[in-house]
Amino acid sequence: MLITSEVKKLPGVENVVVGMGTDYNLDSLKRLHLFQPEMSKATPSDLMLCVQAKDEKIADELLKTAEKMLTAKKSKTGRGEESKPHTLEKAFQGAPESNVVLISVPGAFDAREAEFALRHDKHVMMFSDNVSIEEELHLKELACKKGLLLMGPDCGTAIINNVPLAFANQVRRGPIGLVAASGTGLQEVTSIIHTLGSGISQAIGVGGRDLSEKVGGLMTILAVKALAHDDATKVLVLISKPPAETTLMKLYKELQNVKKPVVIYFIGADPRVIETEGHTAAANLEDAAIKACKLADVKKAGPLMPAKEIDGLAKKHSVKGKYLRALYSGGTLCDEAQRLLLSPLKEIHSNTPIKGARELKDVYQSKGHVILDLGDDLFTRGKAHPMIDPSYRQERLIQECSDPDTGLIILDVVLGYGSHLDMAGAMCEAIRQAGAKGKRRPVIAATICGTAEDLQGYEKQKQTLEEAGVVVFPSNVSLVKFVQATLTREAKK
Amino acid sequence: MNNLLKLFQSNISVINVGLPSFADDLKKQGVPVVTLDWRPPAGGNTKLLGLLDKVKRHQAKLGY
Amino acid sequence: MVDIYQANVQALKNIQTAQPVIKGIGKALEVVPGMRKNLFLHAGPPITWDRMSGPLRGAVIGGVLYEGLAKTATEAEIFAASGALSYEPWHEHSGVGPMAGICTPRMPVWIVENKVMGNRTYCTLNEGLGKVLRFGAFSQEVIDRLRWMEMVLAPLLKEVVQLKGDINLKSIIAQALMMGDEVHNRNRAATSLFFREIAPVILDTHFTDAQKKRVLEFINGNDHFFLNLSMPAAKAILQSAEWVEGSSIVTTMTRNGTDFGIRIAGLKDRWFTGPAQMIKGLYFPGFSDADANPDIGDSAITETAGLGGFSMAAAPAIVKFVGGAVQDAMNYTQKMYEITDAESQSFQIPTMDFRGSPTGINILKVCELGILPQINTGIAHKDAGMGQVGAGLVNPPMKCFEDALEAFVAKYCTND
Repeated sequence: MLITSEVKKLPGVENVVVGMGTDYNLDSLKRLHLFQPEMSKATPSDLMLCVQAKDEKIADELLKTAEKMLTAKKSKTGRGEESKPHTLEKAFQGAPESNVVLISVPGAFDAREAEFALRHDKHVMMFSDNVSIEEELHLKELACKKGLLLMGPDCGTAIINNVPLAFANQVRRGPIGLVAASGTGLQEVTSIIHTLGSGISQAIGVGGRDLSEKVGGLMTILAVKALAHDDATKVLVLISKPPAETTLMKLYKELQNVKKPVVIYFIGADPRVIETEGHTAAANLEDAAIKACKLADVKKAGPLMPAKEIDGLAKKHSVKGKYLRALYSGGTLCDEAQRLLLSPLKEIHSNTPIKGARELKDVYQSKGHVILDLGDDLFTRGKAHPMIDPSYRQERLIQECSDPDTGLIILDVVLGYGSHLDMAGAMCEAIRQAGAKGKRRPVIAATICGTAEDLQGYEKQKQTLEEAGVVVFPSNVSLVKFVQATLTREAKK
Repeated sequence: MNNLLKLFQSNISVINVGLPSFADDLKKQGVPVVTLDWRPPAGGNTKLLGLLDKVKRHQAKLGY
Repeated sequence: MVDIYQANVQALKNIQTAQPVIKGIGKALEVVPGMRKNLFLHAGPPITWDRMSGPLRGAVIGGVLYEGLAKTATEAEIFAASGALSYEPWHEHSGVGPMAGICTPRMPVWIVENKVMGNRTYCTLNEGLGKVLRFGAFSQEVIDRLRWMEMVLAPLLKEVVQLKGDINLKSIIAQALMMGDEVHNRNRAATSLFFREIAPVILDTHFTDAQKKRVLEFINGNDHFFLNLSMPAAKAILQSAEWVEGSSIVTTMTRNGTDFGIRIAGLKDRWFTGPAQMIKGLYFPGFSDADANPDIGDSAITETAGLGGFSMAAAPAIVKFVGGAVQDAMNYTQKMYEITDAESQSFQIPTMDFRGSPTGINILKVCELGILPQINTGIAHKDAGMGQVGAGLVNPPMKCFEDALEAFVAKYCTND
């Protein structure tokens, strides 16, 4: 029957019958006026091949083709392929040793899958952010009751047992354990820790709302407890926006039980309160990495680029236009830049302004100093995140280059798993296109967030950028210090 | 907390629900990973989902 | 407040432990519960004459002629449409019939019993291939053959069972699965095993040599003889879960050529129907999908019990009839594990490392996953009496499961 359906598709076929010489099939041949007297000799064990075609030549060829099909040796693999499980239940049955479930389906269903996984004693990482805060609280209460991780919602970065999950960098194992409510913040700090020579025991993401009043830091506290008892962790690092007051109280209470040194970076918080509690306050992401390393095993850790070198580069690259245009793919890096530049630049605009910065009225049209988070929802409608899909950032870069007010463009190139395989190349392509328009080029500078072990090739990315005339920095802080140095230099003139 | 400490001593084995690229990256690292052929439950049919959730809530009252 | 999960555990327990055996053969009017004069039983959910498809009508006409209620086909058709006859589903009378599934009062039927719970199920004897009643043929040849079956075949086999004692069907099915059958579309091994068991006993019966020979040849010449035993065996197994309060397990899947119907363990006597679908598959020489009738027959009871399409991985040769590659057969079975609650403790699939076949279709899983039960079945010609024209794959319509879920929730989860 298979042969029949195949031969029927060939050109010139009017009719074809392939079957055993049973009475039933002989009757069919009679009905189709294909019966020949010789056929009555056929027995049920004989195979009959009958083709009806326009002329004898075609009929002969068809017969030959049909015979070939019948005798052809089938390849072992066939058309089918192994089926994947449709549900977590089946997946757990098939892989009972599994311990982490990574969920990145649309938000409405994320929570259901997460709950199922937790009830089956699996740790969970939730990528999507479309989950209500009540749902988040419910899930985290369930997780904490069982001592399971619920990293998220809206958690894009984690490193567990040196395994990078979702968007994360390849780092070496070491004594520093991190708990972060921020993806790119975690990527930046873990990368710098590696570059400084130390290593990571665990990097746990808790999602942006964990330290809110409602959720009460449930996951942060669980992670802190575990790292406090983990023999491989000698120093803890906490990274987040300033927690809600009630949650902060709970957190400090919990930290009192931690005998290991704790470095805390609550973005924009008053360091004195942290120090009063007996912990080490960090001034920025790079500083958090440096302080952690010093407390761990790299006593001589310091900024990746000395201030003198940054100043030297600022002297070398004089900025002609008036304004800064920052095109960030990482939200926390965007926030850090705003924080550090608010005072020196006095007035900055953003689509995600921090306290003291202004909202950019038309996010698609820059005015004044602009620091953008291109990963924000507004820009990612119908597109993948700018860490994966460079197209909008390329467009915007060209646009800023044609604006005579633009003096300096900065951007972050985030390496590691999950990210674009050649972001530097993509950005340089845009720079070339902008240059082809013959306009005066603003100064372009970038920071690479990543390590020498990342799959994109750190040095190669750096080289690509430098060949296109981009000034490259090893940390967001050093990039931002460069911005400060060049623009204030210009202002002074 | 003990479950979390246990995780730190175990080999990571992942079930990936969603973006296949995450699984590809894990495979590159030699981490065991199974990707689900996921589809929206009840084919995204909200009426059916509502009915199914009623059953879940009913059973939750019995302690499941 | 009913514990639904526990109810399903109970339903599955009954299903897993059932032991269907052949008890004997009887006349429908005498042994089938609720059978009466002028009642014809048919495959599928309830249906009226005006909605019946070609093969079903043809079978009714054949039945009328066989019962002597009319002398010609024309008269028979008038009689069939007149209202003088009642039509009721086999399933409502504890039985099953393949394709049109027509059973008339004087027809002989197999009597199958679940030894554990004592429930009995019934099915006509398989007439053979080609122009037969179940495909809607009603020629003199068909009627004559039915008479021979009533006069010789059935009494002979009845004596065989009397002499031999109960014949364990569960055991034959389990062995057949090990030999490449799935006992819906492929019954060759099962029929051969059955033949082996009864052949010597046939020789011991009080019939002439010629009669014994004809019976042996009749069974030998029909690979699907065992289908009319695997079906009531599956029915007896599933009936043991009827009507467990609170259970969402499917106990019936069936078609009448126009509608597809299902029944649920926890929803006693209620049918949930939708349109019978067109089968996708391969056609015998000279036929195409323009000739096909929609899905028909009670044989989907095999899938309901985890056999047939659910055990396709045990019968990879089936792809030569339904299309696809061997891996596809494996994948279909794999998929069915997602919508069932258990793996059979009796029916093992060698190619899956002897994993038990997917057993206990749960409507909660069907609805949650949007995965429909997979049926693998013969394709009947849409005109009465033309016979089988191919074989292929088909699913029930989702509507049946959605309606069933709605009714289930209304019964058990409202007023919570």
